[in-house]
Amino acid sequence: MHLLLDNYQKIPRLVDMRADDDAHAPSPDPVLRLRGVGKDFFGTSVLREIDLDLYPGQVHALVGENGAGKSTLMKVIAGVHRPETGTVELDGAPVSFPTPLDAQHAGVATVFQEFNLLPDRSVAENVYLGREPLRRGTVDRRRLHADTTRLLDDLGLTGITPWTRVGSLSVAQQQVVEIVKAVSYDARIISMDEPTAALADQEVALLYELVRRLRDRGVAILYVSHRLQEIYDLADTITVLKDGNHMLTAPAGEVSPDRLVSTMVGRDFAGFFPDRPADLVPGEVRLALAGSGNTMVDGIDLEVRAGEIVALAGLQGSGRTEIAHGVFGIAPFTRGRMTVDGQPVQVRTPRQGVRHRLALVTEDRKSEGLALGQTVLANARLVLDAVLPRASDRRARAVPGVLTSLDVAASTVAAARDAEVQYLSGGNQQKVVLAKWLVTEPRVIVLDEPTRGIDVGAKRAVYDLMRTLTADGAAVLLISSELPEVVAMADRILVVRDGRIAGELPGGSDETAVMALATGAA
Amino acid sequence: MTLTAETSRTARPWRERLLSGGSWTVLALLVLILAVIVVINPSFAEPMSLMAFAKKTAPLVVLAVGQYFVIVSGEFDLSVGSLVGAQVVIAARLMDGDEALTWPVLGLMLVFGLLVGLVNGLVTTLLRVPSFITTLGMMLVLFGAIRLWTGGAPTGALSESFRVLGRKGFPDVPGQFQVPYALLVALVVVGLAVVLMRRPFGRSLVAAGDNAVAVAYSGASVWWLRTRAFLLSSFLATVAAVLIGGFAGVTAQVGQGLEFMAITAVVLGGVALGGGRGTVIAAMVGALTLEALFTLFNQLALPSTVRPAVQGVILIAAVAYAARRRRT
Repeated sequence: MHLLLDNYQKIPRLVDMRADDDAHAPSPDPVLRLRGVGKDFFGTSVLREIDLDLYPGQVHALVGENGAGKSTLMKVIAGVHRPETGTVELDGAPVSFPTPLDAQHAGVATVFQEFNLLPDRSVAENVYLGREPLRRGTVDRRRLHADTTRLLDDLGLTGITPWTRVGSLSVAQQQVVEIVKAVSYDARIISMDEPTAALADQEVALLYELVRRLRDRGVAILYVSHRLQEIYDLADTITVLKDGNHMLTAPAGEVSPDRLVSTMVGRDFAGFFPDRPADLVPGEVRLALAGSGNTMVDGIDLEVRAGEIVALAGLQGSGRTEIAHGVFGIAPFTRGRMTVDGQPVQVRTPRQGVRHRLALVTEDRKSEGLALGQTVLANARLVLDAVLPRASDRRARAVPGVLTSLDVAASTVAAARDAEVQYLSGGNQQKVVLAKWLVTEPRVIVLDEPTRGIDVGAKRAVYDLMRTLTADGAAVLLISSELPEVVAMADRILVVRDGRIAGELPGGSDETAVMALATGAA
Repeated sequence: MTLTAETSRTARPWRERLLSGGSWTVLALLVLILAVIVVINPSFAEPMSLMAFAKKTAPLVVLAVGQYFVIVSGEFDLSVGSLVGAQVVIAARLMDGDEALTWPVLGLMLVFGLLVGLVNGLVTTLLRVPSFITTLGMMLVLFGAIRLWTGGAPTGALSESFRVLGRKGFPDVPGQFQVPYALLVALVVVGLAVVLMRRPFGRSLVAAGDNAVAVAYSGASVWWLRTRAFLLSSFLATVAAVLIGGFAGVTAQVGQGLEFMAITAVVLGGVALGGGRGTVIAAMVGALTLEALFTLFNQLALPSTVRPAVQGVILIAAVAYAARRRRT
């Protein structure tokens, strides 16, 4: 989030959508009022004494680190969780939603991060799923499409047609369909959980526009986001949670970004990125690609030296991840040459990649990195067990030390044998993924979005690790959408566009230069 | 949330680690059923009756352990019942009571069993046919092929030495207390399985049932992991065939329905369908519970025809119970 704090000062706002104070003066009565809400899980309180008021026609931003309780609070409002203490009032009357469906019918809609859409059905079928208009016992497709068209038109969404298959839409458009679905229930309150998390920068504008229209229609919006810029662009009011406590609620105009961040984190941001060691000179070439390509990327030339961090920057879908998958044998290169430590290698499977002491921290740790129902230790041993079974027991003894070096709390390390990974925070989960690779002592480590969705402390641990790895002579290939991270951490930046390397920039380059190359504006 | 909070709700006591998930419920159920049997028929608690019960249950325990490997990796093996039947019929016909052929035939059974497992595994993993279909097909193929080969009625006989494992025990004095060999075989199988699951192979297998992509991206060959699970299942079905052949002899019905008993036992033990969760011990307890239940039915003089219906209800109830637990 600090990254976006940097952005906030540099990048001009796309659109200023904060409600004009006169036009949207808070009406005296909130549509939703929470008082003293508390929630426990297994005897641990994750929310304590939360007060929250949502007013019609206002955007209320909910911010905090991972694990601060934002998602839990949203789920309380959505009827997924029932609070142990406190009251929820809708239009002044106390309510308790037994199920999310009851909340939906009462006009309280929630758009979660995970989409609940059927990819093989049309937009209209998804929006009206389970309550399609009927005519003589069968679905009245004409009315279904007419209703959906009206909804889309009302919201100014001209780019989406009701009969389009949802699976063929972009992620941003799918996000919009989720919101349209919420609107179709005549929702008066819509909460959105990091709606831009999966969106590329150029797609965010679509969402902004939609939020603005909903607000103008008098919908109360609860907006959860990690991105400061969005919060200041959209929110009228900001509430900060930290460790389940209600820290602050104030008009957006009265909270400076600095104060917001220090309230969230409880510390300041100065010197957030560890400095590049001055005496570290890149050594031998560890990984080299020459003319590598497959069906998704082509003509990739790159070198990463021992002690060097090379970043692959670019827009989502530009082919950065595909290069990583090519290197690691998930989607092998079919053309070109690849060498590791000067030796020509063929990596057709991840297994061969591990054998050449490559490591890949995948973009999506939950679906590609971890077996969530297994213990921390079992996950930290995944690679050892899979590829080096004979050395597994001996090398696994390093796991507690590695986790500790990644700044994992002692109690969590102590419970590694028993605790299932699914119950850890995002940051700790990511550290387990890192640990499973570190115990293999990789020579080349590819990090694909290593700080996505993790809290500030864990981010810092990842950056420190990158410095430690390079100091020990490993080569790091960093893939990231967070430009400040790319610019501050990388020695060299390769910008990927349309499956090819569009250019190279030195570390510390201006973010706008990277963006210009990535978008083809340069 | 704080890190201490995180661990306090995740640390599992040793009891959980041993059995995992809802397995303590089934252990309680087993004790309850045994207690009811003893109340109805106090002589069941005598050592000789208990050993008889162990002897009868041993093959199911062995089959359940085999099924466990496959289920925990996220697959099914419906072919084990037919395989047991095929193995017994093949053995009887080939050796026809000839002691000298005992060992060669056992060797052949081993090869045949592993071949069936290999085909199950490779068709499932490499041809990507869901194991439910692969092993259902294998079940029909084995069933049909054996009928074809024997003309419908099994012929021949098992040699005496072949039948020792399933029938005898030590000390081998008729009418006296003895520990059945079948019990020892089952204990060895369970012991080795427990050890295997604590090895890299076992951990990778469970993890593959949990998230095959993550395991593959960690460098495992998931197809070979799962194929080995099918090999183990078929191998243990062969062991079970030796025990069952020894215990019950050769009939046309031998092995029938055992695949569903094994699956019911494993699921009853709280091993998750779809993989990734459950222990060998839990599968064993499930098998004991199922047999104990059938013993109880005998004590209550219920007709044996009631078994399939009860088994079906147990299967559905156990899965429903597990699904409910996971939701809340």
